[in-house]
Amino acid sequence: MFKKISRDKVLFFGVSFLLLIGIQLLISAGIINNFWSTIIRLGAVYAMVSLGLNLIYGFNGQFSLGQFGFYAIGAYTAADITYRWVNEDSSLGLTVVLAVILLTGLAILGLRRVLSRIRGLDALSAFAVYLTAVLILGYVGLIVGKTIEPAVNSLLGVLPEALALQVVFIMAVLLAALVAAEISFLFGLPVLTLGSDYFGIATLGFTIIVKVLLDNSDTMLGFVEMKGARGMIGIPKITTWFWVFLFLIITVVVLRNLLHSSYGRAIVSVREDEIAAKTMGIDVANYKILSFVIGSLFAGLAGGLYAHINGFLHPNTFNFIKSFDPMIIIVLGGLGTLTGTLVTSFVWVLLLEGALRLVLPDGFETWRYVIYPLILLLVMLLRPKGLIGEYEFPFLRKVLPPLYIKKKASPDGNQLPTSSVDNAGTPEAAQ
Amino acid sequence: MTDLSHSSNGRQQLLEISELSIQFGGLRAVNNFSLALKEHDLQGLIGPNGAGKTTVFNMLTGVYLPTTGQIVFNGVNITGLEPHSINQLGIARTFQNIRLFPNLNVLDNVRIAYHTHADYGLSDGVMHSRRFGVKERELTEKTQEFLSVFNLQDRQGEIAKNLPYGEQRRLEIARALAADPKLLLLDEPAAGMNPAESSQLMELIHFIRERFDLTILLIEHQMRVVMGVCEHITVMDFGEVIARGTPNEIQTDPKVIEAYLGPGTAALTEKFRRRREG
Repeated sequence: MFKKISRDKVLFFGVSFLLLIGIQLLISAGIINNFWSTIIRLGAVYAMVSLGLNLIYGFNGQFSLGQFGFYAIGAYTAADITYRWVNEDSSLGLTVVLAVILLTGLAILGLRRVLSRIRGLDALSAFAVYLTAVLILGYVGLIVGKTIEPAVNSLLGVLPEALALQVVFIMAVLLAALVAAEISFLFGLPVLTLGSDYFGIATLGFTIIVKVLLDNSDTMLGFVEMKGARGMIGIPKITTWFWVFLFLIITVVVLRNLLHSSYGRAIVSVREDEIAAKTMGIDVANYKILSFVIGSLFAGLAGGLYAHINGFLHPNTFNFIKSFDPMIIIVLGGLGTLTGTLVTSFVWVLLLEGALRLVLPDGFETWRYVIYPLILLLVMLLRPKGLIGEYEFPFLRKVLPPLYIKKKASPDGNQLPTSSVDNAGTPEAAQ
Repeated sequence: MTDLSHSSNGRQQLLEISELSIQFGGLRAVNNFSLALKEHDLQGLIGPNGAGKTTVFNMLTGVYLPTTGQIVFNGVNITGLEPHSINQLGIARTFQNIRLFPNLNVLDNVRIAYHTHADYGLSDGVMHSRRFGVKERELTEKTQEFLSVFNLQDRQGEIAKNLPYGEQRRLEIARALAADPKLLLLDEPAAGMNPAESSQLMELIHFIRERFDLTILLIEHQMRVVMGVCEHITVMDFGEVIARGTPNEIQTDPKVIEAYLGPGTAALTEKFRRRREG
């Protein structure tokens, strides 16, 4: 947009590309061992979850503890799709989720256009309409998905096996993100009308509901392959550094672009002063939903990638104590900064899961949960604005545009008379 | 009802509030409030603390939903509309205690007000498409031009909360005017200002009224400002209108004096006046 950015752009994408290829080569060559490769992939996943939450809390000001709920939804959705493909040679998961998401997604978008014209429609009635539509079309999607399954099976069967798996994997991850986004939309619609603290409690409730459902996924939900509280096994381990980091770059770029657009300013204005934003013509409810859905979308995306790192999922990974992790990361990294979140996520995982595990003697691993609160305490005392303060990478920074003045204002009353401007507001001038 | 058509020289009726009431629990904060504004009017709304002036503003801008009554703006019934749609129809306001977006810079504060005119979609914003580039540039240039009208162009990078008080006020008014409203509601713009600053403010109010062809409704406690700028004044007390008229009429209205100074004072001032004359 403005001249200065292009150089930063080159720098950002250059460095990203080097990291993407370089680290992948190091992993492939075996220089970075399996342990550390898992850790850095986990770091990238955490960065995505936290960036999503930072949009919701750091930029939009909605205190949410539901991020891990959407992360879990994404993880299990993607895992189920690839599990069925690998172990049952069926694309049933893929086709059903695809059909359901497409139909309900289109219905939501269509309804949104219609409902936004209705004057004085309260959030709960709108929610009821959306929910009915989603349930009906979800059922239709289920049937459609089952019917097209053989066709998709044979279509994917044409591809070489490894390639087909990659295709299913990427589709699974993207669909996981969309599932999380749609659920967050339905959940956010009534709940976002609550004030900030109440919203926090409601989202915490959401995380707990998701966890309980996953604990009983084989009995209550009927997904036998998820094995409930015993943990899901048999998921292909195909999340490479290449894919995680690629999606992380996409996340960062999307967020950066969004935040530096008029929509991003509208989102931030809600955090700054809701009432002022409303009277400035900003549809506050709309932008709360928007940021909540986009934030959850990235949580779902990260979940989908996470599921294929270890090839094992357990509901305890998503319990509500853990759901504070991204919250801690964004506060530690500085609310409302992209760079801070990015760096802190990696530092967090590298330190907690990596370095401390190695440094501490055998039998003392649990001590890291004593050490890290101490680190937290110290950082918050010494650097209240976050680990790296308000620093942003040049590419992610807001660049002030050059002053543009078409013509010198003529003295015909086109400009505020200078007498009322001379040192306006300074007490000396007023006396 | 009192005569509302005080400035009837062929100008178009812009705002018509009739029989507006709001009830908070057992408290009737505003009762049967009526007011009419014609285009290019500059009216004042005064009254002692707690008279319900700001509540009227909040109902006008959709922050509160009136219990009864209706508000017609520019021929459209806006009672019960959401604040953002009311703003988009052309009513802008400022707040008693300045409500800027404190952690954003001056430029962004005003650019947010232009949001509904940004004219590019969410996908353009996320992709930073060509359309985004063009429209965003237009928007920014428009904002900078607008800031230069208020002599704030050199402050565009400044964080709003770091501005001196007078400039914060000016920025808030600029932000309210950015989306090109027809009606501007000013809620105690001179609060906390010294005499010199409030003189500048009066100049500013006259200036924006001419420059943007505005209709202004103003709440103010500083009588110097009210009497100095308003053409017509409505006085409220305990949620009811107690007097209407030109500044001169209001100043001598015994009901108004009583509302401000307490019962019996009107008779007292009358006595003093007669003694001085006699």
